[in-house]
Amino acid sequence: MTLLEIWTLRKHYGPVTAVDGVSLAIESGSRTAIVGPSGCGKTTLLRLIAGFEAPDGGSITFDGALIADERSQIPAHKRGVGIVSQDGSLFPHLTVEQNIGFGLKDDAADRKIRISELMDMVELDRAMLTRRPDELSGGQQQRVALARAMARRPRVILLDEPFSALDTGLRVATRKAVGAVLSAAGITTVLVTHDQAEALAFADQVVVMRAGRFAQVGTPREVYAHPADPATAAFLGEAIVLAARLENGQATTMLGQIAIHDRNRQGQAQILLRPEQFSILPHQGTEDSASTNFTSGIITDVDFCGPSCDLAISLDKNPDFSLRLAMASQPLFEKGARVQISVNGPAHVFS
Amino acid sequence: MTPRPRRSFHLSWVSLLAVFFACLALVPLGFVIWATFATGFETATTLILRPRVAGLLMNTVLLIVLTVPACVVLGVALAWLTERTDMPGARLFSWLSVAPLAVPAFVHSYAWIGVWPGLNGLAAGVPISIVAYFPFLYLPVAAALRLLDPGLEDQAASLGLTPRAVFFRVVLPQLRLAILGGALLIALHLLSEYGLFAMIRFDTFTTAIIDQFQSTYNGVAANMLAVVLVLCCLVFLGLDYAIRGRQRYARLGSGVARRTSITPLGPMRYPALLLPIATVAFSLGIPALTLGHWLLAGGADIWRLDAIGLALWQTLRICLIGGLATTAAAIPIAWLSVRRPCAKNRLIEGCYYLASAMPGVVVALALVTITVKVATLYQTLATIVFAYVILFLPRALVSLRASIAQVPKELEQAAESLGRSPARAVLATTVRLAAPGAAAGLALSSLGIMNELTATQMLAPNGTRTLAIAFWALTGEIDYAGAAPYALLMVVFSLPLTWLLYQQSKKIAGR
Ligand SMILES: Nc1ncnc2c1ncn2[C@@H]1O[C@H](COP(=O)(O)OP(=O)(O)O)[C@@H](O)[C@H]1O
Ligand SMILES: [Mg+2]
Repeated sequence: MTLLEIWTLRKHYGPVTAVDGVSLAIESGSRTAIVGPSGCGKTTLLRLIAGFEAPDGGSITFDGALIADERSQIPAHKRGVGIVSQDGSLFPHLTVEQNIGFGLKDDAADRKIRISELMDMVELDRAMLTRRPDELSGGQQQRVALARAMARRPRVILLDEPFSALDTGLRVATRKAVGAVLSAAGITTVLVTHDQAEALAFADQVVVMRAGRFAQVGTPREVYAHPADPATAAFLGEAIVLAARLENGQATTMLGQIAIHDRNRQGQAQILLRPEQFSILPHQGTEDSASTNFTSGIITDVDFCGPSCDLAISLDKNPDFSLRLAMASQPLFEKGARVQISVNGPAHVFS
Repeated sequence: MTPRPRRSFHLSWVSLLAVFFACLALVPLGFVIWATFATGFETATTLILRPRVAGLLMNTVLLIVLTVPACVVLGVALAWLTERTDMPGARLFSWLSVAPLAVPAFVHSYAWIGVWPGLNGLAAGVPISIVAYFPFLYLPVAAALRLLDPGLEDQAASLGLTPRAVFFRVVLPQLRLAILGGALLIALHLLSEYGLFAMIRFDTFTTAIIDQFQSTYNGVAANMLAVVLVLCCLVFLGLDYAIRGRQRYARLGSGVARRTSITPLGPMRYPALLLPIATVAFSLGIPALTLGHWLLAGGADIWRLDAIGLALWQTLRICLIGGLATTAAAIPIAWLSVRRPCAKNRLIEGCYYLASAMPGVVVALALVTITVKVATLYQTLATIVFAYVILFLPRALVSLRASIAQVPKELEQAAESLGRSPARAVLATTVRLAAPGAAAGLALSSLGIMNELTATQMLAPNGTRTLAIAFWALTGEIDYAGAAPYALLMVVFSLPLTWLLYQQSKKIAGR
């Protein structure tokens, strides 16, 4: 069932169009990640959904009812949409307990029980209830913010880069914990992030946003393997884009013949390869020009980054072209080493 | 070259200076304690426990209980309207809410008497105090409103709070410290103000002490009234300290503040103007009306240029000397409190604030008592400048601190690494770069000195006739027309300084 639907939504600030006519349907209980570079309009989109801003065009429907269009908007406090912002936005003048209970009725009989329950859910020690937010670490603050947003049992929670202020190790752990809590509670989640790995790992549905528009919407595997255009491909991970001539399910490129899915497409096109499709082996010296299984070249530059290496390889057949890609580190990767490159198809063809 | 402990020489000199000035600043408080003991327990109790004192206490309590809450409501309402709503002319009214500070408090009551000649007592004291002092609340609250994280208000709305509830449960609690600071400042001003209340014949401790002082010069009775007055001040300082507690409402997280949100007033947009317009009418309109009336009625006769010129010259001279001395005295503690924040230095800083919370009349009484014993100091420029330093040092301190804090410490270290000695490194970097802050401190303490009447009257060298003293003398002779040019000049010279104060409050708030 579709819980949240936005339709050609638009918002501009003066001359800047922050959100430029986007449409999206979000299924009840699903996890959606909106990913895009900083400044592309992600926060603005969330603020429109939460009711902090009024759209200039389009509409938002929640649970079948219109909640915002350009003429009228249901105010934020009547929407029942939870939100967790980048810095948590905890109330500095209240304790953790008062923060979590902020949206609950003061005289509610089960207030204490509910707060304890929420503390357990986000795995915080109850001893912290009397502390003030500035006595908590960043990760703890984000957990309190999540508990506070969940207290009123909203059907949707919006997460605006909630992990980006945390350091790397904590980021992954907190993301997993938050995902688990929200799934267990059956809450529909929209995560906004500029980190593509975080988006792919978190979501059932990934929305790639660029300059106020949606470049692509799909499952993580779909958008990663079949991106709509080279820019989207590059944003979601390292992309090697090559010019190719298509013929009978084969693409002829400067790396030789590579299989493609679509047998019917013919003529010139651009294809996408990901680094994990490459294998790079020591040069065997048995290359015969008829073979199309591999291409040989020389490593012209290596940046050693620990588990991986950034390589630049110039191809024997085409010395002007420098193939750049990151591969898992091997002793073989030295400047000047001769290697042979083979590609495991199929490649994705851009339309 | 023998190694020596880094900075020790330099540090100790600055600390020594700061402690020395702090001790000087505490002289009036010490005097009050001394006076209590010197008077003896029995005399003291008979002088303190009498109906006259009870009456004064009643007046003071009523004045404060009625004025301060009214100032809080007015100040917060105006600050919210000008900072957070789409009320037309918000920027203009923001400045007009600060401008009444350019009118000395006693000129406010002069103006009200001009419009309503029969005005007197508490019924006059409360409204005049409100218009004269509400800017002290408006300024910090408006600054705090600008600093609030709007993300918190959004968050509260998403948790189901109506806009009204958001104001009371999220905005107002975060304004608490600003409100408390402003309220304390107003209460202390009410305790120490003389001219405003003397003119409308409303008796407070300060007016009573001056009456005593003028009739029975340097009597024990005046000293005992001063003791009660100081106790009142201490009660308010203690209250403030207790309520404030250890809390600070730190801004959490690292996110850059989104621009503060503006609440649309809808159909109330124009009706809302009524409040600022009424405030301006009473706080600026009435002074303008009375001054305009007397200036027109007096014509050219009241502009006795020789007398006015002399008063102006004396005022500017004493403002400049007093301002320079105050700023200079504030430098050591300003530098220490920014660069060496430790418990000891906070304590020293606290001494300055405590000292300046003493009413001008107590400071003057103390200095009179002490200097009559050292005849060479009695009624000299040095004594009155000393009083100004005690009374106005925190004004210079605030400006200096803000500007020193903006100079990165690394600059001092860089200068040292380029071969300057620590003292010369500080001179070459921080002192140079903090100069604008020092200028602002000078201006703000001068503003205080220009409108100071109580201590100036009691301590200034014989024959001194500043604008304030001349104005006061003329109104005492019921020559209201003749006093008008002096009032006008005080306002004209205070206006740019008030503008500076307004700009500075914005800067401190990060804009
Ligand atoms: N309140 C505002 N006023 C003016 N411009 C804004 C405002 N909020 C966002 N913008 C602009 O809209 C664009 C999108 O901003 P935002 O939604 O915050 O991006 P993101 O969250 O993806 O980094 C940016 O160009 C930003 O400068
Ligand atoms: Mg953002």
